Amino acid sequence: MSNILYLAEHREGSFRKPALELASYAHALARQTGGQAIALVLGKVGADQLSRLGSYGTQHILHAAEGSFDPMDNGIWSTAVAEAAIKVSARLVVFSASLQGRAIAPAVAVRLEAGLVAGVNGLPSSMQPLTVERKVYSGKALATVVVHTEKAVMTLSPNTFGLKESSGDAVAEVWTVPTLPSLSFEVLETSRSEGKLLLSEADVVVSAGRGMKGHEHWKPVEDLATVLGAATACSRPVSDEGWRPHGEHVGQTGKIIAPNLYFALGISGAVQHIAGVSSSKVIVAVNKDPEAPIFGAADYGILGDVHTVVPALVEAAKRFKENS
Amino acid sequence: MNFNFTEEQLMIQQAARDFAQRELIKDVIERDEKAEYPTQHVKTMAELGFLGMLVDPRWDGGGMDTVSYVLAMEEISKVDASCSVIMSVNNSLVCYGLEAFGNDVQREKYLKPLARGEKIGAFLLSEPEAGSDATRQHTLAEDKGDYYLVNGTKNWITNGNTAGTYLVIAQTHPEKGHKGINCLIVDRNSEGISVGPHENKMGMRSSDTHSVMFTDVKVPKENRIGEDGFGFKFAMKTLEGGRIGIAAQALGIASGALERAVQYAKERKAFGTVIANHQAIAFKLADMAVKVENARNLCLKAAWLKDQHLPYGVASSYAKYYAAEIAMEVTTQAVQIHGGYGYVKEYHVERLMREAKLTQIYEGTSEIQQIVISRDLLKD
Amino acid sequence: MKILVCMSNVPDTTTKVRFTDGNTRLDAAGIQWIINPWDELALTRALELKDAGAISAVEVINVGPALTEATLRKALAIGADKAWRIDAETADGYQVAQLLAQWLKDQAFDILLAGVESSDYNSSGVGIMLAALAGIPSVSNVSGLSIEGGQVILKREIEGGQQQLKAHGPFLAVVQKGIALEPRIPSMRGIMTARTKPLEVVPAHPVAARTAYQAFSLPQPKGSCRMVDPEQPDELFRLLHEEARVI
Repeated sequence: MSNILYLAEHREGSFRKPALELASYAHALARQTGGQAIALVLGKVGADQLSRLGSYGTQHILHAAEGSFDPMDNGIWSTAVAEAAIKVSARLVVFSASLQGRAIAPAVAVRLEAGLVAGVNGLPSSMQPLTVERKVYSGKALATVVVHTEKAVMTLSPNTFGLKESSGDAVAEVWTVPTLPSLSFEVLETSRSEGKLLLSEADVVVSAGRGMKGHEHWKPVEDLATVLGAATACSRPVSDEGWRPHGEHVGQTGKIIAPNLYFALGISGAVQHIAGVSSSKVIVAVNKDPEAPIFGAADYGILGDVHTVVPALVEAAKRFKENS
Repeated sequence: MNFNFTEEQLMIQQAARDFAQRELIKDVIERDEKAEYPTQHVKTMAELGFLGMLVDPRWDGGGMDTVSYVLAMEEISKVDASCSVIMSVNNSLVCYGLEAFGNDVQREKYLKPLARGEKIGAFLLSEPEAGSDATRQHTLAEDKGDYYLVNGTKNWITNGNTAGTYLVIAQTHPEKGHKGINCLIVDRNSEGISVGPHENKMGMRSSDTHSVMFTDVKVPKENRIGEDGFGFKFAMKTLEGGRIGIAAQALGIASGALERAVQYAKERKAFGTVIANHQAIAFKLADMAVKVENARNLCLKAAWLKDQHLPYGVASSYAKYYAAEIAMEVTTQAVQIHGGYGYVKEYHVERLMREAKLTQIYEGTSEIQQIVISRDLLKD
Repeated sequence: MKILVCMSNVPDTTTKVRFTDGNTRLDAAGIQWIINPWDELALTRALELKDAGAISAVEVINVGPALTEATLRKALAIGADKAWRIDAETADGYQVAQLLAQWLKDQAFDILLAGVESSDYNSSGVGIMLAALAGIPSVSNVSGLSIEGGQVILKREIEGGQQQLKAHGPFLAVVQKGIALEPRIPSMRGIMTARTKPLEVVPAHPVAARTAYQAFSLPQPKGSCRMVDPEQPDELFRLLHEEARVI
């Protein structure tokens, strides 16, 4: 069999863009292998949401509605995925390179005795042996990886494949994972910043750096993000100084992101920062230093002081939104 | 011949680089402008062991060789010569002087806290009327039986206010000329010591330079280093080692300026291309690089001789003279390559140029080094 | 309580990577090798816990050839008690994890730490594979680790928030940003004491890799940056809409 199993992650019962992108990817893989694209859904999800996977080419859904999948536990999740892979005789198991996907893909690979290729950025160039490209050296190079094993596990870098709709219906099968391990830790406290757009899911990210000169100057940055429906981010010095929370730090040692549009405001663009954002489709840089390396990585640049340019961008963005 | 560094030497170089590029760089411009003493950085240097890195572990030092010291001094001086002069004076003058020529009681009491960096040392040789000519000491250390009574004024004293321990060069037997000079270990808190205002200097502005006045300061006899009359020889011997420190400092200032010039030349565009592509700039950089490399080799050679317990006095003069001269040239060229940007403080090179000037003057001017070198050449 | 930190030896993060032998391997000429930044932060946190008296010992391990010993000795210089090197050249993360797992059988650690990824292969695989092979639980995305009254408290990032967990050893934590603020700089005393600390070299069992890096390439250089007049901010949005088509 040459089936493709993918883990369709959801947040409180609804699928976000990364899951739909992964569904599109799994469908494309299935067309290459001649098998089916099969989704595994862990936890309760309504039928209307499940049917969305069908419109991205998924033919079959294993829905493990029962079972303690929240909080997420590496052991529980990887057991569920591995059992599902065995059940559907999957040759390839794919995940989004999300917090969860990155966490469990290696364990699934071990259980299935499969080779692991993390962070692939497109379809394999060959299926036999599986040969696929991925970024290495924090985005400074690309590598072609060959998998020696029959089965393989891959994680897909977000926003590299895109959404590809396809007509079709997915058959959902309620499934119970035979034997799940117990939770390996105890949860003491969970805190979520409600309603906030996640950096990992945002199409547009507005990020600012040391050039802002202090946390008290962040208002225009947040305003621009609000107008554009963007998530906010920052460079390392900013989170180190405590101007913004650590969760907003993008760069080599922070989050690696790949939005469609990335604004770098008052960020000089050290290599470590570029490494975290270079997969963005379009980068806009605003900096008063014409020599700032960020201009070398940017598609559009504005030379000027962030304290005057950013407020002007907010107004321009408002005008743009009104007219479109 | 072996030009390879040991793994440990490389680790020390990297440690100094990390400290300089992570910590010193943050406020170096501001401290220079405000002439502010780097209290926190000195504390960190003490914790990292840079302030007593050459001292034997028996006396609470780091037990590192002089080659490692040169590598560390270069890295720290690339960013901040004010910090590196504090380190150099403590290591190569005060700690070295006490370790090499003090007795065990003095080492136990004075060297240990200095090597740990809990106290900072100062070396008090220069006087208002005795700089290069150190034989003419006007500061008196009168022999009063069981103590010396010190009177006089010392000038341009690095760590003058912050030091806890002074090594004071003073005249006990004026009739014997330089053979009557002694070196005394003096506690900064002794009665009769007053410290002049912070000197408003051209460069190395955040190091703490003062004049120090002694009025009837009583110093116990046991605080004399070596035999009666050993002071001048002590000073000359100690300064030989000190020259390696300042040579490495000058090297660091030059190589810091070179790095910045190379970086700038690769980024700045003029006439449609980065200025590094213009031969006028590229050849300047080549000349600067060769000078820096020569200075580095001279510093390492002197350090290596010292580590091998071979005579290194003249070699350290070669290193100090050359490194100081090229530091001036290289920093001046670095400012030139930066153009207008080089003349403003944000780009660091103007500060490096001001710092370079001092390396030609202190711990033996370039002319004094020429004397040492030429006398050695011309001796029979 | 004892902590083991799994370390990877990687090119300095500012390195301009180049490839050689028909683009099949990294050109190592002139490369400065460092402790993988995330592993270094893991080590930093482990040492902080040791300084606080919460744990008794910190050991580090690396799978690699002799040239990686420099970074192991740096780990000793900043405070690790013992270093291990499994002597092998490896082709993929699975091989590394297998070698570690085999070695781990005869060891007793309460907490194993691994950085979220290595800055060269960025696979985030070794830590989790090691836990899976060794049959111990793992927690990922860990940004905080503390020990209070013998209880291990972890802070981990979840989509859109944070979670505090109580973990029971032995377990492996994959740590990321936030676990420690800044790596330590070795002190002269630390470098000196590292001379006498144990660095044990362990022979490797044969393990086959499951993947191979066939070829490397450099990404296409980005086209030049189009400058927009700061006085014409509307022009930027027009370009983003009409030319780049991202809004």
